[in-house]
Amino acid sequence: MSVSQMVANYDLSKVPSKTVKGRKIEAPAFKGPIAKKALRAAAKDHFNGWRRENGRVGVRNHVLLLPLDDLSNAACEAVANNVKGVMAIPHAYGRLQFGADLDLHFRTLIGTGANPNVAAVIVIGIEDGWTKVVVDGIAKTGKPVVGFGIEGHGDIATIARASYVAKEFVQWSSELQREKCSVSELWVSTKCGESDTTTGLSSCPTVGAMYDKWLPRGIYGVFGETSEITGAEHLCKARAATPAVGERWYKMWKAYQDDVIEAHKTSDLSDSQPTKGNIAGGLTTIEEKALGNLEKIGRESRYIDILEPAEAPAKGPGLYFMDTSSAAAECVTLMAAGGYVVHTFPTGQGNVIGNPIVPVIKITGNPKTMRTMPEHIDVDVSGILRRDVTIPEAGDMLIESIVRTANGRLTAAEALGHREYSMTKLYRSA
Amino acid sequence: MSAPHLLVHDHKDNCGVVVVENLKAGTEMLAVITHDNSDFRLTAKMDIPIGHKVALKDLRKGDTIWKYGQDIGIIKADVKKGEHLHVHNAKTKRW
Repeated sequence: MSVSQMVANYDLSKVPSKTVKGRKIEAPAFKGPIAKKALRAAAKDHFNGWRRENGRVGVRNHVLLLPLDDLSNAACEAVANNVKGVMAIPHAYGRLQFGADLDLHFRTLIGTGANPNVAAVIVIGIEDGWTKVVVDGIAKTGKPVVGFGIEGHGDIATIARASYVAKEFVQWSSELQREKCSVSELWVSTKCGESDTTTGLSSCPTVGAMYDKWLPRGIYGVFGETSEITGAEHLCKARAATPAVGERWYKMWKAYQDDVIEAHKTSDLSDSQPTKGNIAGGLTTIEEKALGNLEKIGRESRYIDILEPAEAPAKGPGLYFMDTSSAAAECVTLMAAGGYVVHTFPTGQGNVIGNPIVPVIKITGNPKTMRTMPEHIDVDVSGILRRDVTIPEAGDMLIESIVRTANGRLTAAEALGHREYSMTKLYRSA
Repeated sequence: MSAPHLLVHDHKDNCGVVVVENLKAGTEMLAVITHDNSDFRLTAKMDIPIGHKVALKDLRKGDTIWKYGQDIGIIKADVKKGEHLHVHNAKTKRW
């Protein structure tokens, strides 16, 4: 494609282009006047967010169609088709679960609806009972929420009733105004994916530098990935705020090793930890992967409590550990349900994950990934590998990206439509 | 400083990470230890992909692999200084 044939109000000839696998790729680094203003705004310690009824601040303003169960996905998607500006988040579970697995299912759905990035929620379930459990849980935040059971009405009548409400909710939410908030009111989660040796050298320490700078300012942070701490468990235990918290962390980690890994493994795990992608990226052992992973919590930070999956932190500002899977979509879904509003995601080989309600900021230091799939990356820290950017400078680049994202700039994953919503399931349904 | 070919986390480490694409055998690599920015030279004995590790000295079967100043596994087959160190000659001690 010749750029001279295109019409634009900025100089396309100055757009850098690259040749990838024989194809010419245009990678416009478009910096119009709006972007310049956003840059200036990001240099400040404030952002403009939506303060919700319970005082928490969100950076997005979604109206959700939340299915209680797999059977209700179709009705939710039909409502989202009828009414513009609402979002359905279909998922695979919600029937015949029990015990701790059912508790986690409810906690994840309620936490998703309660997240301050969400303005209002419509819950649709196959029956009224469990639908009410989710509605009542979300209602504690004070935000508008309504539930519909399908049984006794059928899909079509339910879709019609829910569509009337969805239209009211979306028009109401569209008038809510952003207000000035301190960055210390942000809740920022982290989890890395498609890691390689460059993540431990660059993108993970970049997140660590952000936490070292912002946790003392009063933000909430969280890391997790219980299985991927394996190999660095002695170091992770030592990063607890007190020995008692460290002991609780170690017991949680050991329980996962004994109850899940040892109970279910059929072979040596060298083929799944590290993953095939990790190995292609140069990671050889689980220890090497874990040490890189742990770089995300920086040098100074200490975690103050351990959260169940999807549990909201309750001990005040600081860093938390959440007992999560290391699978990207499951982990980010659980952290979003815990109430975190921005996610920082270091990647080496190029994970493409997003989340329906939380903007996921991708950071890479791998120049090959930056060359082959730049459309997925929000923060390029490959300068660290060339030794022309320091880790603290990279941390400041990430902070700027978080503030701009909080102010409304869409992340790569949001622009590309990545809305992975994956429930964690503890065991087989009844 | 010109851009390094190889980064090493810690002085205790016996392997480093290639951080440039298309590294060819015979390249006299500039290696930087990120802990204190000290540098040294090392010749690559093979073509080694970006992100993959290079042995900083001759390693023998049974030797411990050090990275981040930590034990990350064990050598399963002898590796010479400047050669590719990965799953074909190295493994976790854990399983």
